[in-house]
Parts: sequence; C-alpha cells; structure tokens
Amino acid sequence: MTWFFANLDQIGTLLVAHLATTLPAIVLSILIAVPIGRLALAAKPARGAILTTTGLLYAIPSLPLLIAIPLLTGLPLRSTATMIVALTVYGVALLARTATDAFGSVPPDVTDAAVASGLSASRRLFGVELPLALPVLIAGTRVVAMSTIGLATIGALIGIPSLGSLLTDGFQRGIAAEVATGIILTLVLAAVIDGVLWGIGRMAQPWTRATAVGRTA
Amino acid sequence: MNVFLETLQWLGDPAHWSGPDGIPMRTAQHIGLTLLVTVIACIIALPLGAWMGHTRRGQATIALAVNGSRALPTLGLVTLFALWLGIGLQAPLLSLVILALPSVLAATYSGISSVPQPTVDAARALGNTSMQTLTRVELPLALPVIGGGIQSALVQVVATATIAAYVSDVGLGRYIFTGLKSRDYPQMLAGSLLVIILALLVTAVAAAIGRLHRHRSHLERNPS
Repeated sequence: MTWFFANLDQIGTLLVAHLATTLPAIVLSILIAVPIGRLALAAKPARGAILTTTGLLYAIPSLPLLIAIPLLTGLPLRSTATMIVALTVYGVALLARTATDAFGSVPPDVTDAAVASGLSASRRLFGVELPLALPVLIAGTRVVAMSTIGLATIGALIGIPSLGSLLTDGFQRGIAAEVATGIILTLVLAAVIDGVLWGIGRMAQPWTRATAVGRTA
Repeated sequence: MNVFLETLQWLGDPAHWSGPDGIPMRTAQHIGLTLLVTVIACIIALPLGAWMGHTRRGQATIALAVNGSRALPTLGLVTLFALWLGIGLQAPLLSLVILALPSVLAATYSGISSVPQPTVDAARALGNTSMQTLTRVELPLALPVIGGGIQSALVQVVATATIAAYVSDVGLGRYIFTGLKSRDYPQMLAGSLLVIILALLVTAVAAAIGRLHRHRSHLERNPS
C-alpha cells in the first residue's frame, strides 16, 4: 500500500497507456469482426474457412506474434501500434465466431417479415438484424475486453508501456508490492470496463428492461 | 527480407540444433512443461469439477474464475511467484497450473451437470450408489465436453509457457528473451517462429485426438 501511494504518478501514466492500447484494439476488433460474422453467416462455404482461420489465429502465442508483427507490417517493435495490431488480431479471432452465432440467433421468420414489409437491405441490417444480434454481440465484446486488458500486459516484455510495466519493473527491482499492484489494477480495470459494457448493453436494449418490468407487474 | 534470411540462417545453423541450449532440447522442455502443467491441472480440476457438477455446487465460483482468469495477467503471476519462490521452475509451473485450471474445471462441471436428470434418476433407480452413478454414467457422458476443456487448457498452456523463460531457463521462450536482451532480432524471430509452429501443431493434434475420440464413441453407440 505504501508503494502504491508513493508512486501514484507513475501508476496513472501507465493506466492511461494501458487504456490507449486496449480501447482502440477493442473498438477495431468490433469493427472488423462484426462484418466478418455477418458475411460468414451469409456465405455458407466461407463459414468453415473463416472459423478455422480465426481459431488458428487465436492459438498463436502473444509474445511471438508481437515480435513477428514488425516483420509483417513494417511497424517498429517497441511501439503502441504493434501492440494494438496484436490485440486486434486476438480480438477479431475471439469475436468473429461469436458474431456469427449472434447473427445466427436472429429468428428467420423475423428477417422474412422484414423482407416482406419491404425494408431495404441496409434497414434490415441496422434496424432488425443488428439490434436482435446485440445481446450476443455485447456478451462477446465483454469477453474480448477482458482478454485484451489482460493480454496488453505482455507488451511490457518488449518495452511497450502498460500496467504490465509494473510487473516487469517490479520483478527486476524485487518489489513484490509493485507486481501485486500491476495484477490488481489490471483486474480492476477489466472489471470496470466490463461494467461499462454491461451498462452500454442495457442502454442499447431498452426493450429488455420493458419486458422485465412487464413480467413483474 | 534481409531479417528473414538471417532468421532462416539462424534456424539452419547446426550449432543451434545440439547441446542444452539447442532447439531439440528447448522444444522438449517446452512440451514437457506443457504436459506436466496440464496433468497437474487435471489432477486438481477433474475430481473437483466432477464433485461440483455432481452436487451442482459452486457454479457462481466457477463463472467468476473463468471470467477473472481471462483478464488475469499470467506475466504478473509468473513474476510475483518468482519473487517469492526464487528463479526456477516452481514459479512458472504454479502460474501455468492456475491458468489451466478454469478451463478444465468449467468443462468438467458443465459436462457433468448437463447430464439429463432422468438419466441420473434411472441410474440411481437401478441401484447404483451416488459414486457409481458419477463414475459409470455421468463421467462417460460428460467425456466429450471434458475433453474439449483439456484441449483448450493445453493450447493455452503451450502458448503461455513461452513466458516461463522470463524467470527460468526453460523452453523455447529462452531464444526470445536472449534475443531481446542482446537486440538480436533474427534470434527473437527464430524463437517466435518455433513457438508459433509448436503451438499450431499442438492445437492441430489436440483437435485430431478429439475428433478421433468422438468418431469412435459414435461408432460404439451406432454399430453398423
């Protein structure tokens, strides 16, 4: 605790750095994986290929991936961008499968009804399919956020600042309190982001609350 | 392109293929550590998960462990335990077991607790004790789900065992950390490629074993 209060400045800087790598990675993962999930559902033959590829991507160890990314992209090794790319790869790998399930969970008679009502393709997607797929998508995003926040600590091994820097720095200087602070803050940050996503999910689906109230009344 | 050639050269150098720091030895350590961790995790999680699933207890605890373990930085466990237990195999062993536990535990719990209640009742009505019901009926039915859990634990551990090399002289991760220290990018990259290939191989083998098992149990159930 003494260590924690004596180093608040450093902790704050690392917390900001951690958010600056994980938040863009989470957003990018959603932006890439959701269209992939929708496409996988529409194109049956592509589905197996997409799911196998994402499964294999997820099996790639994180530290080796970080080291291989500069070779593939030309980004410098010790840069936040390298970390964002790596985290996005895992995020997409995790979320693409869930997104496929999410769109698959939309009842076909509802989409048929939307077609019959004369809705355009884009209004069917944004007005009908996406809102109905939302509960599963939010659940998947929460899983992605958790693992992204935990994984970002690995960057410290190659010198990309994050809460993980507390782990490597604490280890090298032999300060257990610093390492413990790094672990606990990572878990707390994950819990906070998880809570925020849960809240966004609730706000984005007012109808689920309406049903719950209707049932109790 | 130059770096790529240097990496291939590093991999092709016969000096890197023998001795205690050679690729065969490092690979053997990496696989050995992975198997040891997975076996220890199974020894702990299988009975515990079976008991919890059989009695339907502790579902909330398991859900919390699974969720928490996603964000739990393994690097943090490895370094914290290394400060307490010293440099060596204990710290990574303990951290990796903690990493592997939730997958096996959750799969065992969900496999056992999802056996239909009428099946369990029928087994009891035939005179099986609670223990016999568990070992003769529930466990065999839960086996495919449990296998899936062990498979995902194995894949996670073989990938994360790379980090063990940060605090102990073990596994393919050594090349990465030696390379990082001496800014030897070809060596880092060679180590990374080796770990990636090993992880993909383990994933493929685990998936193949799972398929083979499912195929066989399918044949047993529907003899043609």
